[in-house]
Amino acid sequence: MAKTNSPVERLQNGIIKENPTFVLMLGMCPTLAVTTSATNGIGMGLTTTVILAASNMMISMLRKIIPDKVRMPAFIVIVASFVTIVQFLLEAFIPSLYAALGIYIPLIVVNCIILGRAEAYASKNPVIPSIFDGIGMGLGFTLSITCIGAVRELLGAGQLFGKQLLPLADSAQGIMGYEPITIFVLAPGAFFVLAMLSALQNKFKLGAAKRGIDPSNPDKCSGSCVSCHNSMCSGKGGEKA
Amino acid sequence: MNEKFHVSSNPHVRDKMTTSRIMQMVVLALLPASIFGIYNFGLRALLVILISVAASVGSEFVYEYFMHKKITVKDFSAVVTGLLLALNMPPQIPLWMPALGSIFAIIVVKQLFGGLGQNFMNPALAGRCFLLISFTGPMTNFATTGKNIVDTVSGATPLAALKAGEAVDVSSMFLGNIKGTIGETSVIALLIGAVFLLAMKVIDLRVPLTYIGSFSIFILLYKLVGSHTLDWQFLLAHLCGGGLMLGAWFMATDYVTTPITKKGQLVYGCVLGILTAIFRLFGGSAEGVSYAIIFSNLLVPLIERVTLPTAFGKGGKKK
Repeated sequence: MAKTNSPVERLQNGIIKENPTFVLMLGMCPTLAVTTSATNGIGMGLTTTVILAASNMMISMLRKIIPDKVRMPAFIVIVASFVTIVQFLLEAFIPSLYAALGIYIPLIVVNCIILGRAEAYASKNPVIPSIFDGIGMGLGFTLSITCIGAVRELLGAGQLFGKQLLPLADSAQGIMGYEPITIFVLAPGAFFVLAMLSALQNKFKLGAAKRGIDPSNPDKCSGSCVSCHNSMCSGKGGEKA
Repeated sequence: MNEKFHVSSNPHVRDKMTTSRIMQMVVLALLPASIFGIYNFGLRALLVILISVAASVGSEFVYEYFMHKKITVKDFSAVVTGLLLALNMPPQIPLWMPALGSIFAIIVVKQLFGGLGQNFMNPALAGRCFLLISFTGPMTNFATTGKNIVDTVSGATPLAALKAGEAVDVSSMFLGNIKGTIGETSVIALLIGAVFLLAMKVIDLRVPLTYIGSFSIFILLYKLVGSHTLDWQFLLAHLCGGGLMLGAWFMATDYVTTPITKKGQLVYGCVLGILTAIFRLFGGSAEGVSYAIIFSNLLVPLIERVTLPTAFGKGGKKK
């Protein structure tokens, strides 16, 4: 196990241990809405990663200046500035992605992953770990929603990253092939796939979580946030406050 | 002798009516409609029914086996789900679709939520809507080669023709030699099954009557406002067309997804009728029974909460 708050530990924490989508269940709105294809997932994830790293860095730098009472507005102003910058960059250089993500780019301002990390980690920790925390969380988010997007795209359209993997059936011409299950690119499909993938990753993590838990002493942190039901705990970062 | 002194918790007096018996009776009651469907559409309809039932029973068994649960295949509820799903499909559907729909209905809608008694919406209808949204083309393709069908309207079901403003033949809709899904075409066959269920006290009239009643009133009012006449022909066509009879007698009366309070069942029936009429008259597609029922299924907990009867000794005038 890497040392606490080291860059490697932060990356691991964001991608696996406290994966924002499958473990913390944060940022559900973009997760469900934009994952109609793997490309959209990667685009949304990377956009969020950039903003998350930058805003974590900025908030960590200013953590001693921002008064406690107005920290939320201050965080939002910082995040909103970065979102605006990224939005203009996307509009100029990747207009197709900009069109596909639509309203969900400005909505990154109120993405709970970003505000959550600002509140729980960046406002209490030094700059370098905060940046890596942002990158780790962002990559975890990217990975998760790309997976969701890939499954939905594959089942719903027979494509992966826009490439036709499964040849489509054409009953009019009598061609045998894959009949896309359209529901997976529509809203219900997002819930199905999110639930299936969450269940799968819980299945893999369950063994580790069971070993780490100590039911007689729930306050004692077992180091595994998956099995932890302590609502007062704000995650691994909270301990350092 | 040992039996006599057997000590157990209540209830001590048990009825012969078990889940399994109820489900068997529903299957029996669906037989006339199924047989008519097979007569009407040919052996392919039988194949669709068999595949659907097999997939639904099979997936229930496989899920319960691998999840180390009690195997409840023998209670016939999966058979009912599979049969209802098959009766809701056009006969010319690709044969893997009923299988996929059954697997979805049993595993996702029924078993993942805890099995029989825990499902929050009718599994068969959820399976049908899953297929309808995913494969709109094949699920609404009623072109068929059945030789018994009076082809009064080419290509479309009578309900679709009605929506397009064409004339339909109500008597053949009542008998059932028309296009449509396997089990919905023959009103008379469905009514025979419904009377059987009523006679055996498996279902009561509360939900079906309020459903059909509120639906009829809405349709009549719509015509009254639109053309200032009481259009009985239009109403009859709507009552006999599509899945209304199948839905009202066999699917809206599903115990699990119907309110348990008596007042709640009346509310539930009215909601169903009004929603079905709205979907049919103003919606994009000609049919609206499935969506109306699964949407009302979701309202059931709320309806039950509102119509909860006051316990004896509680309530009274508030000061």
